Amino acid sequence: MTTENAVEVSNLTKHFGEVVAVDHISFQVKKGELFGFLGPNAAGKTTTIRMLTGVIKPDEGTASILSYDILREGLKTKQLMGIVPEMANAYVDLSAWNNLMLIGELYGVPKRQRQERASKLLKEFGLYERRKNLVKGFSRGMKQKLLLCMALINEPQILFLDEPTSGLDVESQRLIKDMIREFNKNGKTVFLTTHNMEEANQLCDRIAIINHGKIATIDSPERLRLRSSGLQSIEVSFDRAVSVDELSKVHGVKEAKKTGDKIRLYVDEPGVVLDKLVDFARSKRVKIISINTLGPTLEDVFLKLVKES
Amino acid sequence: METNLYWGQFKRSFAIVKKNVRIYYSKGPVIIFGLLVPFFLFLSFYIGRNMPAEALVPGLLGMTAFFTATSVGPAIVPWEARARTLERLISSPISIWTIFLGDVLSSFFFGALVSVFPVIFGLFIGVRIADPLILGLGIVLATFCFACFSILLSAYPPTDSPASVMMLSSMIKFPLVFISGIFIPIEELPAWGKTISSISPLTYFTDWQDIPYKAIVIIQLSLT
Repeated sequence: MTTENAVEVSNLTKHFGEVVAVDHISFQVKKGELFGFLGPNAAGKTTTIRMLTGVIKPDEGTASILSYDILREGLKTKQLMGIVPEMANAYVDLSAWNNLMLIGELYGVPKRQRQERASKLLKEFGLYERRKNLVKGFSRGMKQKLLLCMALINEPQILFLDEPTSGLDVESQRLIKDMIREFNKNGKTVFLTTHNMEEANQLCDRIAIINHGKIATIDSPERLRLRSSGLQSIEVSFDRAVSVDELSKVHGVKEAKKTGDKIRLYVDEPGVVLDKLVDFARSKRVKIISINTLGPTLEDVFLKLVKES
Repeated sequence: METNLYWGQFKRSFAIVKKNVRIYYSKGPVIIFGLLVPFFLFLSFYIGRNMPAEALVPGLLGMTAFFTATSVGPAIVPWEARARTLERLISSPISIWTIFLGDVLSSFFFGALVSVFPVIFGLFIGVRIADPLILGLGIVLATFCFACFSILLSAYPPTDSPASVMMLSSMIKFPLVFISGIFIPIEELPAWGKTISSISPLTYFTDWQDIPYKAIVIIQLSLT
């Protein structure tokens, strides 16, 4: 086992009755890496993170966190982790401060240290003034920030985040993303699950795409885009409504889709199709208002891979 | 190394105790099923019967210890499952036994603390204690045993509904009170009742109280 890897997973499998939630997946996450685990709903993301964080036991396969086996040395692995689970909450009948003290105590952080860290974290996340309030009065964004504080109170070596920005407003999302980057900047590892392509694109060094419990691919966001050169497109808008069906018949257009007031045309050779589009506009006596050629987005790649898998 | 591990886990169980005290001691089902229901059950049985104080206080103490020590435990796991805090707890570096120990200790402290009140009430109405040490030891042993029993009650059926668990646990707790010598002396029970009473933890606490409480009655009778 190499010490370069923070997470090593081999043939990890989990069944729920007849359903195979995670199907013999294998991957590694390097130390200091920000690793994204991307997939649609019910793809197996949360089941994987729950196995890695010791909440449920895998049926098959092995996994180690910072060289400790998750089954044989569960307490040691948990001691090194910070966790923001998707299906978990802070104690709403306790204050923000008492929630942090509880988690600090459960991780064996000495009293003075946990008090200092709790004050620092609450200030960084803008919750210090509300530290004595019961969490039941907190908004969803505040609760999520508190969960992140709770995950950081033990100064973990690796942070597991399950959909950390799901359902949050833009400001809270930005704050949490900044904190994740800051944590990662100090050489610490982040394992992030999300179904938000843009978030994965902005944050992650590498992404694994999982669907139906199997990993479709693992690569960097940019390389994933380059690998899908067949997903180039032209986005065009006209001064009058134009039939999408008619546009899809233009030579070189593989598929046409209406996106708001624009039409997106999936093509292999944008240069050839641009000339044909100008001819099409003349023949229909419509004016082109705007026209852009676009490379594949991570979302396009994701959808293609998910469809293929 | 192993000793450090066990000591560390033991210390962390007290973090669970603190959390449970702050959250669950004041929960409605705990107050209702742990204090009010047994109190009124006791009153309905004793009012109108001309019972000596020496017989009343051990019964009240037995009921109090049993119901209070078994009222917190069954509420915790379903409550945490419903509030989605259980998963956060399980993902912490604590063993499942540390969580159980914390839950048992919080039930135990609640039972032991509330059990002091019937003892004070007894002293107030003139019931003397022959051996306070034996009585204290009995309360500690009994409430700890009842607290462990309460965790078993929360195990089945697996549910995230605290009210369901409290009601189902009451279905077990109430019959036990009637066959454990509190309301009906065990000698007066039929043979099958005596057999069942031997598996009730409450029977042994009722028996135990003969030492600190009934001893004084025997002394008083022999003196007269």
